[in-house]
Amino acid sequence: MFASYLLSGWIVASLVAFAAGFTGFFVVLRRESFAAHALPMAAFPGAAAAALCGVAQWPGLLVAALLGVALLFWLKRGQRRDAATALALVALLGLGALFLSLSGRYANAVYGLLFGQIFASSPADIPPALALAVLVPMALLMFFRPLLLGALSPDFTAGGAKGDVLFLIILALTASFALPVTGALLVFSLMTGPPGAACTLAASPRTGLMLSVVLAVALIWSALALSAATGWPAGFFTGVLAALLFLAARMWRRARQAPQLPGPA
Amino acid sequence: MLDGFFASTVVQSALLIGGAAAALSGIIGVFTILRGQSFAGHALADISSSGGALALLLGISPMAGFFGLSLLGGLGLGQRRRADSSLVAGIMLGAGLGLTALLLHFAVSQRGVAGAAVTIMFGSLFAAPPGAGAWALGGALAGLLLIACLYRPLLLASLSEELAALRGAKVRLLDVLFLGMLALSVTLSAMSVGAILSTALLIGPAATALRLTRRPPAAMALAALLGVACAWAGVALAYASYGWTPGRVWPVSFFITACVLLTYIIAAWRRG
Repeated sequence: MFASYLLSGWIVASLVAFAAGFTGFFVVLRRESFAAHALPMAAFPGAAAAALCGVAQWPGLLVAALLGVALLFWLKRGQRRDAATALALVALLGLGALFLSLSGRYANAVYGLLFGQIFASSPADIPPALALAVLVPMALLMFFRPLLLGALSPDFTAGGAKGDVLFLIILALTASFALPVTGALLVFSLMTGPPGAACTLAASPRTGLMLSVVLAVALIWSALALSAATGWPAGFFTGVLAALLFLAARMWRRARQAPQLPGPA
Repeated sequence: MLDGFFASTVVQSALLIGGAAAALSGIIGVFTILRGQSFAGHALADISSSGGALALLLGISPMAGFFGLSLLGGLGLGQRRRADSSLVAGIMLGAGLGLTALLLHFAVSQRGVAGAAVTIMFGSLFAAPPGAGAWALGGALAGLLLIACLYRPLLLASLSEELAALRGAKVRLLDVLFLGMLALSVTLSAMSVGAILSTALLIGPAATALRLTRRPPAAMALAALLGVACAWAGVALAYASYGWTPGRVWPVSFFITACVLLTYIIAAWRRG
């Protein structure tokens, strides 16, 4: 399970989960689960276009994710937020399907991009993941108070739209780096399951944030260990363990009636 | 060229399935947007993909698989007015997709169905199993009939739950029935454009129609018309694209999604 050719997979996954735990805490408090699901899809056509042109994956991911944020903001004018997110999501997925189909590597590439190929990581994936694990928490901690206040009572924050853009950009960055690891569909589980459980259990934002990061890393480790032991895809264990973690936290709170954050009631 | 288009049974079945799915999804989509349940609709679609994968693994009809799992998902989603409904939908969606990953892994390794991920996630309207057209038509008609029976209470409950409850409507029952209809429409759309793209047919035409008119019956008729037009245009374009890039396929789901998005952009532009 700790064989050397799997080592870079473990390192990359841990770094990605660390960043996802941070971002996910705000996803849950700001009730942005749908955006957190849609923005990884923004990175998906980027990866597909990179495959089509035969260039390195991560610049494509980055550009596409930022374009996705712009598209989301354009669609959100004069439209309900959830419907706009749905439109952005299918626009980007449709493009991704086209690029992959034209690149002629359809079947295998689709599975990899949607569900992840963590054990295919190479040592070259470590520097970008490390940059992510340093930059995302730094940005979130720098804007900790405005982001938190905007989450808890949107009316209070002047320039709420600015905080909104900033947060969606951070979300897009996390998503695009995590995509090759967990796949477009399951980055999302890391950003909702552990933080959802943490917000259910924690009594203050600080403990909530720390718990969220710890749980996210623990989740990806268990998923990888189970995947290495059984040979089943890591994405399966990520998605299912995230749901079980959340369920367990809910039941624990119901049994204890512990105090809670006001966000996810 | 046109003779060949309409004479092909593959094209006929694609037009039938795509049209039936788009008509039902357009109407259900207007309710979905009014109820603020776009994420629930997308979550059901993602969960239903595991049904598609299961059907592939067991060798049963994909339609049964999609419908069974999206119904189960609908029961799990439950009430819509809870503060954390989007978080719960998201986490269920993650678990559903995880299950899809596992089932596809088995389908590919045990039954050797290469390309299964593409078929289920992005659809393959031109490869629909024989007889699927009749089932799709029947499903769409059943859905439309149910809407016709429930139209007034459902619309009122979608706009204001309190008002509907005051007028004596059984709001909880309507919630459950609506999720059942949503599951049906997601199933038909998943057969046409694939599980994760089915949201294009559900939300796209309905959002366009709601930009153009605020009257619910007009919006529903317009959404159904636009949806069918986009689905058929997509099929025609995919058929025409056959020779554009030799050896490379332009997927029909891409064309349908592109038509849906283009009509939305044009409508949004005109309305400013």
